[in-house]
Amino acid sequence: MHSRLTECSMFDSYPLPACYDELLTADHQSRFPTVTERLQQLSFSELAQRQHTTEERLRDLGITFAVYGHQDGTEKVWPFDILPRVIGAEEWQTVEQGLKQRIYALNLFIQDIYNEQRVIKEGVVPEEMIRTAATFREQCVGHTPPAGVWTHITGTDLIRHQDGQFYVLEDNLRCPSGVSYVLENREVMKRVLPEVFNGQAVASIEDYPERLLDTLLATAPVGASAPVAVLLTPGVYNSAYFEHSFLAQQMGIELVQGSDLVVMDGYLFMKTTRGLKKVDVVYRRIDDLFMDPRAFRDDSVIGVPGLMEVHRQGRVTLANAPGTGIADDKAIYAYVPAIVKFFTGEDPILPNVPTFICADPVQRQHVLTHLEELVVKPTNEAGGYGIVLGPKASKAELEECRQRIQEDPRNYIAQPMLQLSTVPTICGKNIEPRHVDLRPFILLGGMEMEDIYVLPGGLTRVALVKNSMIVNSSQGGGSKDTWVLF
Amino acid sequence: MLSRVADSILWMSRYIERAENVARFIDVNQKLTLGFQRGLRTQWEPLIHTTGDEKQFKELYGNEYTQENVVNFLTFEDRNPNSISSCLKFARENARCVRENLSNAIWEAINKFYLIVKEFPRDAMVLQHPHRLLDVVKQQSQLIVGAAETTLSHGDAWNFSRLGRCIERGDKTSRILDVKYYILLPTVQDVGGNVDIIQWSALLNSTSGLQMYRRQYGRIHPQKVVEFLVLDRLFPRSMHYCLIHADEALRALSGSQPYAYANPAEQLLGRMKTNMDYLSVDDIVNRGLHEFIDTYQRQLNDLGKLINDVVCNSSLHSQWQHQLQS
Repeated sequence: MHSRLTECSMFDSYPLPACYDELLTADHQSRFPTVTERLQQLSFSELAQRQHTTEERLRDLGITFAVYGHQDGTEKVWPFDILPRVIGAEEWQTVEQGLKQRIYALNLFIQDIYNEQRVIKEGVVPEEMIRTAATFREQCVGHTPPAGVWTHITGTDLIRHQDGQFYVLEDNLRCPSGVSYVLENREVMKRVLPEVFNGQAVASIEDYPERLLDTLLATAPVGASAPVAVLLTPGVYNSAYFEHSFLAQQMGIELVQGSDLVVMDGYLFMKTTRGLKKVDVVYRRIDDLFMDPRAFRDDSVIGVPGLMEVHRQGRVTLANAPGTGIADDKAIYAYVPAIVKFFTGEDPILPNVPTFICADPVQRQHVLTHLEELVVKPTNEAGGYGIVLGPKASKAELEECRQRIQEDPRNYIAQPMLQLSTVPTICGKNIEPRHVDLRPFILLGGMEMEDIYVLPGGLTRVALVKNSMIVNSSQGGGSKDTWVLF
Repeated sequence: MLSRVADSILWMSRYIERAENVARFIDVNQKLTLGFQRGLRTQWEPLIHTTGDEKQFKELYGNEYTQENVVNFLTFEDRNPNSISSCLKFARENARCVRENLSNAIWEAINKFYLIVKEFPRDAMVLQHPHRLLDVVKQQSQLIVGAAETTLSHGDAWNFSRLGRCIERGDKTSRILDVKYYILLPTVQDVGGNVDIIQWSALLNSTSGLQMYRRQYGRIHPQKVVEFLVLDRLFPRSMHYCLIHADEALRALSGSQPYAYANPAEQLLGRMKTNMDYLSVDDIVNRGLHEFIDTYQRQLNDLGKLINDVVCNSSLHSQWQHQLQS
């Protein structure tokens, strides 16, 4: 399958990194010859021109994200690199199976935690871990959401280590974002690189909005005959507002803000020009804590007073259900392989990154003595905030990190510093390796394995800064189209 | 449609129309300046009165009504909430809030419009020769109207955008007429006196109405110009036309029966329109054009508030007001 590159190819001078490269093998052979052949029919300057066209196109389309603490309108165009990240169909099948297995188990785990708590009784997860999790919601105890679905939408973060193996880095079971960029990236790619696309069997992703809508409607409360779904956004200044508006538009549902909704007579309604209209399913893109000032933070101005009670009565579906964050806690993460085994009876197909739990005295001691080799993460943050990279941190930063761990050990975990794989990327006048991760999106429309859909590929985020492994868009990250190639 | 969305679409549309009209104001003034050698002050000051932003202008520039100051104030000045660039910022912001209700063609047109003006070179050359900028503004605005016409379902979103556009346009045409009339004919006795053909042509031109006027009336006559810009039923920028079509849009939204109204906004608009249906230009001139225009503007202002109130606080359908739809 691998083929030697032709002479004078654009990848000849590609500086192979020490880690795994997604396109080229260590002896400079293409893993996906049909793709590289097509790409090499274009000159570099032609490719650079296409890259430029792409950026203009994204700007015209207003495909942006907001950066907090930025002047001038706070919007930035989503950085996008046109060289695709390719994954072989066979390998993808394994990833897909692994994700299905994991989401199936995690959904059952959340149901169990808020109800029977068998995982605690049977010693799979220590009670202490659950009790002390910031994301555990008292308000959800005893609750079963419609159709038994807690995690309607998941965006699992995967990375490929030097050994060529995919690892699960984070589960993202709350409001994972990025799928709109997956869909828009594909549209832009079809437009700017049609000749590379042509004749390749790239798995299609275009039906995602339809499937998402299906998932939302399939989990509507029992008795809602023609259920109405809406997407709840914190508003136009949220960093993911583009995505909220894009998904609502693609699904043809209303994009609502908290002030558009009102609870009356035990049901949820939206305020329309023709009076109030009943709402059955809310795809909410705001955090649990801001959703209902009566149930959670009373200073929330973006929430809907009384929403939680309607939810508890089973009269509205919230996707994802409040309370899913418990399975997203980075300390609970360490127990997911055991959770998968417990609920499926199988060994996990996708491995975890080895994780040290600072709440455990023995493990904490190990972390404190190996700080300069490890990555330390807060257990309840997203977006790359609060992470300390041991090998890159200064003495002072390490010392500060050490203190924080000692003050609040439950809030920290540590992992070995994994190498992210690279993908060839257009950088100025050259093609250079840049580190990437992968966020596939998983939809869960019921409690069974068959109710799970995995979007082929997902979001490939790329750290555009040389040697950087931080792929978050808020910190210099961009994205690529991801091809699952049959 | 969500009440908030309805309000945003209406304002999105108003801001686009406002930007276009500001471009028209400057354009006609610019053309006049080229033809005359009068003092700059008399040429550019009225423009600020047309838009009604004297206070804001004075705070920023004092009494320096130079071309550079006035054109800058009306085009690029971020501190003027009615400058072209501010209008586009607000239009885009509103569009962003309701993007899922619009077609891609409209969103893209608005986003591009905003970017073009935002990135237009802002130097002395442009302020002295703003033609290219003004042409672009007018074209882009028309592009958006065209995109709405051809890609947006002619339902609620379309009707709210039409409603906003008609209200804004009616108001702006009345302002153009008011200021020019005041300058051209300072006293009542002057009506029918010596006519500055060029000035009146410029007035018609600023509404893109000169050719249509010529086809209908031929020679320029002040009274006829007033009749054309106030009462014409078919010219899309006339004050009457704007009421007819705003009324049509509002009725389509509420679904009210003929000879009846469903909400206070519809009641006021119906009265305004019907009144104009049966007016003659003599009625207007005898009563005083300025007073007439003043009433028109005040009523449009009230109408805007009523629409906002009806849309946000109750329902367009009086009979459904307290009913729940399921």
